Amino acid sequence: MGIALIDTLNSDRKWDVLVIGGGNAALCAAMTARKAGAIVLLLECAPKHFRGGNSRHTRNLRYMHESANNYLTGPYFEDEFMEDLMRVTDGQTNEALARFTIHQSKNIGEWMSNHGCMFQPAMRGTLHLSRTNAFFLGGGKALINSYYAMADKLGVTILYDAEVLGMEIRHGKFYSATVVSKDVSHRLQAKSVVVASGGFQANLEWLKTYWGDAADNFIIRGTPYDKGTMLQVLLDNGAKPVADPRQCHAIAVDARAPAFDGGIVTRLDSIPFGIVVNKNAKRFYDEGENFWPKRYAIWGRLIAQQPDQIAYSIIDSKSIRLFMPSVFKPIKANSIRELAQRLNIIPAVLEKTVSAFNTSIHHGRFDPLELDSCYTENLTPPKSHWARPIDSPPFFGYSLSPGITFTYMGVAINEKAQIVMEDGTLAPNIFVAGEIMSGNILGQGYLAGLGMTIGTVFGRVAGREAAQYARN
Amino acid sequence: MPEINTLAEAERVMTFCNACRYCEGFCAVFPAMELRRTFAEADLNYLANLCHNCRDCYYACQYAPPHEFALNIPKTFTELRLETYQKLCWPRSMAGVYRSNGLVVSWITIISVLIVSLLTLLFSGPAKVFSTHLGEKAFYTLIPYAAIVPLALILVGLMITGSLIMAYNFWHVTGGKLAQIANLQANRTALMDALRLKYLTGGGYGCNYPGEQFSMARRWLHHFVFYGLMLCFVSTAVAAIYEHFFHHSAPYPFLSWPVILGTTGGVALLIGTSGLFYLKLRMDTIPSSSHVMGMDVSFLALLFLTSLTGLLLMMFRETSAMGTLLMVHLGFVVAFFITMPYGKFIHAIYRYASLLKNAIEQKI
Repeated sequence: MGIALIDTLNSDRKWDVLVIGGGNAALCAAMTARKAGAIVLLLECAPKHFRGGNSRHTRNLRYMHESANNYLTGPYFEDEFMEDLMRVTDGQTNEALARFTIHQSKNIGEWMSNHGCMFQPAMRGTLHLSRTNAFFLGGGKALINSYYAMADKLGVTILYDAEVLGMEIRHGKFYSATVVSKDVSHRLQAKSVVVASGGFQANLEWLKTYWGDAADNFIIRGTPYDKGTMLQVLLDNGAKPVADPRQCHAIAVDARAPAFDGGIVTRLDSIPFGIVVNKNAKRFYDEGENFWPKRYAIWGRLIAQQPDQIAYSIIDSKSIRLFMPSVFKPIKANSIRELAQRLNIIPAVLEKTVSAFNTSIHHGRFDPLELDSCYTENLTPPKSHWARPIDSPPFFGYSLSPGITFTYMGVAINEKAQIVMEDGTLAPNIFVAGEIMSGNILGQGYLAGLGMTIGTVFGRVAGREAAQYARN
Repeated sequence: MPEINTLAEAERVMTFCNACRYCEGFCAVFPAMELRRTFAEADLNYLANLCHNCRDCYYACQYAPPHEFALNIPKTFTELRLETYQKLCWPRSMAGVYRSNGLVVSWITIISVLIVSLLTLLFSGPAKVFSTHLGEKAFYTLIPYAAIVPLALILVGLMITGSLIMAYNFWHVTGGKLAQIANLQANRTALMDALRLKYLTGGGYGCNYPGEQFSMARRWLHHFVFYGLMLCFVSTAVAAIYEHFFHHSAPYPFLSWPVILGTTGGVALLIGTSGLFYLKLRMDTIPSSSHVMGMDVSFLALLFLTSLTGLLLMMFRETSAMGTLLMVHLGFVVAFFITMPYGKFIHAIYRYASLLKNAIEQKI
């Protein structure tokens, strides 16, 4: 063990601010606290290669801005942002905190650039979001790399492979944290703590308490390091929980995806161009309800509610080139019967489902870029757009599983990122940011790039408040 | 260890990248990839040679090793380029020189220096070689102009022929039509991309080279090498014009165009090659391939030694060391021209062809 590490882990030393977590929110907090003069230690439980939590898998963030700039094609005002948020969450949000987040996000790209973030100009792949969302050049891992470099330059002490297992909290006040580094346990003291350690989606046992055995069929597309240990510790110490524990960001992923950490490439975008059936070969939701980017984050939950948590996207040769290419090759067959056999679903039922779908179609003008006039009539559930008969072989099928990115349940906070306890009091020196508190704003649904907005806004608030507490 | 099929690995990597596309802002490879849904050999050869090996995508990749998807574009494409060099080689029988290229280039250099020296000593005699010669035509008293000109013409002719045939091979296997080569607009774009090294700018921030930090160092050093080499060529051409049309023979005064251009070029080459070598010593080896180490280093070393001996010759031409320096320098120059199409230099030919193809297809 190097001298620097011994010094870092010295139990007599008292840090100003301990930051638990190593993703976007944690880094924003650590940089802000350090700039405010605090002595900061950041504890990332992942090894360096996998640092950054779910931020590694992100690509953009949404923020309020009143005019276009080099990488945003037009203004995105507060009211429109708020309307978008109210719509996707269906009102399941703390309105005051939601408005606060939007306010604080104003021109946040500038702050990000000043801390090393590189944005890319609007390009082909970013077009549908290029007005509202700024894209990181190279994606989230590149952003995280820049932030770590900046945090290091500012003088934040960073420890990898440092998993925090417990916190000493008495009457809502934080005293120390127990961290395991290189198989040795250490007690670290600090004046204040920022907890930015994500949700609990990688903890299958915990998921099972809400989902039962269905959770065995979930694929965790996010980081495997978000086990929710800190969330549990905070709840055990009387923090007030927020958001439905079953709510999460979950999309349809290829059932062949790895159990953890598959990220963006495992998703499938074929859904709006065909039909989706469950293992009984029956349709269960309107595949053409809205544009795919606005709907893709609901499909994970839809599939999670189906028997055996599996579904099949069925398309024909007319549609195979209309969506982003997939990593896993589709199952291909020359008839619906053969496709069903190969997907292991009942051929006769699938043939019936496809033919019922085909015969109910109102033939309008097909346009993948518009909410077009191809829809079904007298079919339950309906398909509202992009309904074209599935009749041109070869036919293609993808098996789909729910792919969970992050869970929404977290701890309730105020506008200073301070934890609100069950009894209504405030924890004086415990501040939280990122997915562990995103449930305050995102009770359900999702708005592309909002996770990073929440992480950046509350990371900065938590860092500022934690440093201020440490100073006084 | 089993031989990994580079082509299959490149196809696997591109299939993942095409489902992600986060890196599209870095360079031309990703937008070119997005024009395709499947990756045949022709596509992969093209994409690998379009890659400037800036490594930005490797450090930005959430799937880079040790992730189980283990995507490593810089390494995979470097190895695929090496395969392209061998496959497209002319004459075919020379393909092997790209493997253990460091050794091949080193031996050719040693032999070339020895032969030029031996011939000089044999024809001019040691007494003449090791004494001082002053004034115009001083070089030619040792090595006759009549010997240099045909030698230079043959070497340059071979170099150009080899490079052109290989460029044609590349164009052919990547599916290009001959008539497209004359596309002026596309050539202008490709030329500007090459002269500016646009795709070593990584979307404006530079390469992740030698490590994870963004830096323009490699791009600037490459500029030193490229423009240094160009200045040396121009210097030689000017000297040839002086000699041929004005009967004004080398060595030229220090304040003459051939010497000013050559000296500037030589110094730039020394800076560029030693800088690139220094970066190479410090580079992260995971996104690189050990198979091209010899090729890269031998090219840098040959350029460095050619420039160094050229500059020393210019500095000590009025001493008795002139003869020795002249033989050695000429030996390096001969080796440089012989190995040009059969070493690292060939990347410039395929890179330009790829940039041209890219300019053409992005216009469609």
